[in-house]
Parts: sequence; structure tokens; C-alpha cells
Amino acid sequence: MELSAYISLRDVVFSRAGRRIFDGVTLEIPKGRITAIMGPSGTGKTTLLRLIGGQLRPDSGGITVAGHDVPALKRKELYRLREKMGMLFQSGALFTDLSVYENVAFPLRVHTRLPEDMIRDIVLMKLEAVGLRGARRLMPSELSGGMTRRVALARSIALDPELIMYDEPFAGQDPIAMGVLVKLIRDLNSSMGLTSVLVSHDVPESLSICHYACILADGKVIGEGTPEELRRHPSERVQQFLNGKPDGPVPFHYPASDPAADFGVSGGRL
Amino acid sequence: MAQRTTEVIVGLFMIAGLAALLFLALQVSGLSPKSDGDRYALYANFNDTGGLAPRGKVSMAGVTIGSIRSIVLDPETFQARVELAIDAGIDNIPADSAAVIRTSGLLGDQYIDISVGGDLESLEPGDTFYSTQSAMNLERLISNFASGR
Amino acid sequence: MIDRIAAFGRSGLDVVSSIGRAGRFLAGALAGVPRPSVGFPLLLRQLYFVGVLSLAIVVVSGLFIGMVLGLQGYTILSDYGSEAAIGQMIALTLVRELGPVVTALLFAGRAGSALTAEIGLMKATEQLSSMEMMGVDPLRRVIAPRLWAGFIAMPILAMIFSVVGVWGGMLVGVDWLGVFEGAFWGNMQNSVDFIDDVLNGIIKSVVFGFVCAWIAVYQGYDCVPTSAGISSATTKTVVYSSLAVLGLDFVLTAVMFGDF
Repeated sequence: MELSAYISLRDVVFSRAGRRIFDGVTLEIPKGRITAIMGPSGTGKTTLLRLIGGQLRPDSGGITVAGHDVPALKRKELYRLREKMGMLFQSGALFTDLSVYENVAFPLRVHTRLPEDMIRDIVLMKLEAVGLRGARRLMPSELSGGMTRRVALARSIALDPELIMYDEPFAGQDPIAMGVLVKLIRDLNSSMGLTSVLVSHDVPESLSICHYACILADGKVIGEGTPEELRRHPSERVQQFLNGKPDGPVPFHYPASDPAADFGVSGGRL
Repeated sequence: MAQRTTEVIVGLFMIAGLAALLFLALQVSGLSPKSDGDRYALYANFNDTGGLAPRGKVSMAGVTIGSIRSIVLDPETFQARVELAIDAGIDNIPADSAAVIRTSGLLGDQYIDISVGGDLESLEPGDTFYSTQSAMNLERLISNFASGR
Repeated sequence: MIDRIAAFGRSGLDVVSSIGRAGRFLAGALAGVPRPSVGFPLLLRQLYFVGVLSLAIVVVSGLFIGMVLGLQGYTILSDYGSEAAIGQMIALTLVRELGPVVTALLFAGRAGSALTAEIGLMKATEQLSSMEMMGVDPLRRVIAPRLWAGFIAMPILAMIFSVVGVWGGMLVGVDWLGVFEGAFWGNMQNSVDFIDDVLNGIIKSVVFGFVCAWIAVYQGYDCVPTSAGISSATTKTVVYSSLAVLGLDFVLTAVMFGDF
């Protein structure tokens, strides 16, 4: 089934500090579906989100979001496009000097001129959606890690965006918090028709909720498709990643010299 | 921190700053709201003004009656032409008074002292002092003393 | 050997590019003045954190410095029999030099390092990034109010420092050491000129406030977003601000008070 692409990257090349992070990445993110972007640590998954959001510019290649050519946008247009995007950072990134209520109200106050009682209704609704309406007066320092992420999620949907990007939402969460997040991501996607992009290296959780997945490694896409297609993928690298095998195309040993030289033993390997 | 409290405290801070400025202006630098309108100009020519500087004191009988507005060199007579700003209230300086450069203390600032004369006519605004005495030159004094003159 | 020269050249280029970044940063922050209804409360909060909270250290330092000036000045001047000149000595020293300079150094240490740490922490916890992603320019919302607050608060703090210092000097000179009060104030008023001394001192403190605030805010914005990076940035703020203040002080003093 051909779905229209909400985001499409064509041959994107991006380097930083001399390292080629993306070496010709081409992928499409379908509209209204949950797409997971996975890969080993350090492949630049967060960088990809920043490229989509226009915080970084690619060295070459095209990035299109909702029909807009992102790298070519001027500052004002970029900021207007960002109003349609929500982003959930790994740490939550709540503003530490504002209460939970004020944090969620922030995008509303900045981008709209709604009266105070309307803002109150919207904030409370969003907090209710993540189950934290009762926590509205707490300060971020008083929240647990999982609660922080839920508040950040409420904040990122405050303006009813078309796209939400999740940066490692499952990292370091206990099973209950993980279950809550999975439920929220799925519910938000189905109830609001959002396009959701999930960046994670948690394979089981990501594959359990996504409709489509891409695996990035060495700056390229090494596998993409629906979860079932990926599980049957012929590439060894994909299989090593999906099944968590410790040794394979990504070797166990960091490149080192012959052990005989280090251990003073002549002949043969250990 | 309540918005209202912050506003009040910052307001007090700004007022404290303003008060400090006023204190510095009035108490520390002795700025007084004297407009130039109630002063008139008199001139005096000196051979040597020594360490006299604009805004120096002009006094008569020890009372400050004005200040020095400017000191310029007259290119024809090669004398220093000093413009004095005298308070309008002191308008009866005898026409034969002398302008003398004195030093306050031995090593202090130099100022102009008006030695009162006896003429019945007074100096008009824009007049020049007839007789002046230049600044005391310390080196000349010492060499005079040393050579026993 | 060649490597060392290359590394040296590279660090020189790094410094230049850093200054360039700082300049563009400043332009962005100054140009982005937020709407008055939004910007004014932000500015107010920053004035509180930067100005009001620095009052304690400024007042205490000013008092002690004024008192020390009174003591030392009396000792030196009594050798020449000119104790009566102590008022003008204290006032001129404070208003022309110590007021602006010491206040700037204290400001850099207290408010400057706090600003750098706060902004660095916001960068490290991705608050600045998330603000950008929400379509809010962090230069406008976070940086500009802090810059302007430093700009406004510094002259006020410097004037309060001078006033408290003069008062401290008066306590020591008049109340303790017995200098005649009339002579204390009279000599001071005769020798301190409002425009030449007080106003020039205020101009100095405005310049210092600008420089200290800019350095503090930039170091926080540009730091490496880790805890080591933040602490290094905080140190840099204090060091660079202090050096800049002392260097600028020389330049400004030469321009303002040198008739040479």
C-alpha cells in the first residue's frame, strides 16, 4: 500500500568534526504512521531528528517535510514549520524554572494569543491525556524521570502538531514507565492521526508499536520495511542488530594488535 | 517568586540607584543648580597663570563669588586672557580692583582672588581688570631666596 | 616542530573564530528584542537575579573598601599635614576608579558566573534546543533579557558602591579619626566634578557592564554541554571578564582623564 510520505530524505550527506555521519541516506517517512529509526549507538539518530527539524543543515542532499524544503527555509518560515512539529527530547528538557503547568502552557503562550481560561483548558486536557493532570503544580525537580517525559510529551502536543519526534523515549525506563509510554505513543498516533518518528535502539518495544522501521548504520540505511519484513531481512548486519548477537559484522573485539605481542606468548591465538 | 514581589523589589533597586546618583551629584560633587544665566563675564590678562584651570574658584575677601570659565592665549600680547564668570548678585566690584592669583595653602590649588579697590565706579559685564598679579612661581622665589635677593 | 606551529596557528584561528561567533551572537541577541508584554517580565526577573542579589556583596565590599581608604588615606596624608583632603581622596578614588572597576570584578565573579552556569546548564539539558524546536528563538527569550539586565544593573551597583564607600570613609575619617566634617565634605565637593568624575565613572561602569554581561552570556551559550564544559566555561567567564575590565579601564582612563 503506497502511503504518502510526510518526510523524505534524498541522498543526505552530513559530516561533523571530520566524521561522515550520513553518507547518502535516502528514506521516506509515511504520513500518519509510527516509524521507528533504529541503529547502533552513535550512528547519528539524534542528528537525523535535528536535520529534519532544521537545526542542522546537510552538506548535500534534500530534506522535505510536509512539502517544504527544510534546508532552504528562511528563519521565520522555519520557525513557523516548527509549530507543526513536536519533539520529545531524551531528557525531557523541561524548563527548570517553570512549573509543570507553565511548561505545558509555554508553546501556547508563545505562539497564540489565546485568553488565559482557554489556555488553562488546553493545558489540563493535554496533561489529562498523559495522566498527569494532578501534578500540574509540581516543579520539574520534583518529578521522576518517567513523569518528566510524560510532561514533556504533553508539552510537545500542546499545539496539536502534525509530526512528533521521539528521541530515545524508552532509554532507562522501568517496565511500568515503558508500558505507559508505549501506550501513549500508540494512542496519540491513532487518536490524533500524527506522524510519529521514533528514534531508539530498544528493538522489542520499537518493533512492537511501529508500522514501519529503518535501520541506520555506518551512515547508510542498511534495512527498512515493516517489522515482519525486517525480521526476515537477509542482511547479516540487520539480523545481528535485531537479535542482539554480541559478535558478527559488528565485531566483539575493538581493533587491537596481535595478542602475542601484548601477553608475551609466542605463537597461536588465545 | 511572585511576580508582584519581584516588581516591587526591582523597583526599589532602581530607586536606590537613583538615590545614589543624586547623592553623588549633590553631596559628593557639590553640583548646585546654578544656571549660567545669573552670571556675568569679566576678563583679566595675566603674564603667567601658573596652575590655574577652568572651573577654578574666584573669590573676594575669602568668599567664592564665581568661577573661571576659560583661559586662552592672546596671540598678539602673548598674555593669558582669563574669562571669569561672576555671580550676578555681586555687581558692584570697584573698577580699580585687582585680580590676583593665589594658592590655597602652600601646595594647594590655585585660584583668583579679587583685591577690592576704592573706585566709586563698578566693573560692567565684559570689562577687563586693570591690574592683575600673576601666579607666584615657586622656582623663582626659591632662586631669589637662595641668591639672597 | 611543524606540528606545534600548526597547532599554535590553529588555536589562534580558533580564538578569532570564537570572537566572530561571539560577535554574531551579540548581534542576534541585541536585534531580538521581544514584545514588551513578554520581554518586560523577563527583564524584570533578570534584573532581580543579576542586580538585586548582587547588592549584598557590593554594599559590604564598598563599605570595607571605603573604610580602608579612610584609614590608609589618613595615615599617608597626615605626613603632609593634609588630613582635610581625605574626603576628596576617597571620593575621587571611588568615583573614578574603584567604584566601576571593583563592582565590575565582583559582578563578574557573582552574577557573571551564575549567568554562565545557568545558560550552560540549559544548553546541557537541551532546554535551549527544545525551545528552538518549539519555534522560540532562545537568543530573544533567554539571552537578550540577561544581557540587558547586566547592562542596566552594573551602573546602579557601581554608584551604590561609591556612595557606600564614601559613607564608610566618612565613618572612619570623621567619626573615628576626627577629621573636621565640614572640611571633609567641603574639599570633596570642590574637587569632584559631576561631569568629569561622576559621569565618566558611570560611563565606565556601563561599558564594563556590557562587556561582563556579554562574556558571561556567550560563554554559557557556547560551552561544551557537559558538566566539565560548564565548569570550564564558568571559569573562563570570570577570567576573561576580569582581564577585559582591567584592560578597558586603562584605555578609558587614558581617554577620559589623560590630558596628555
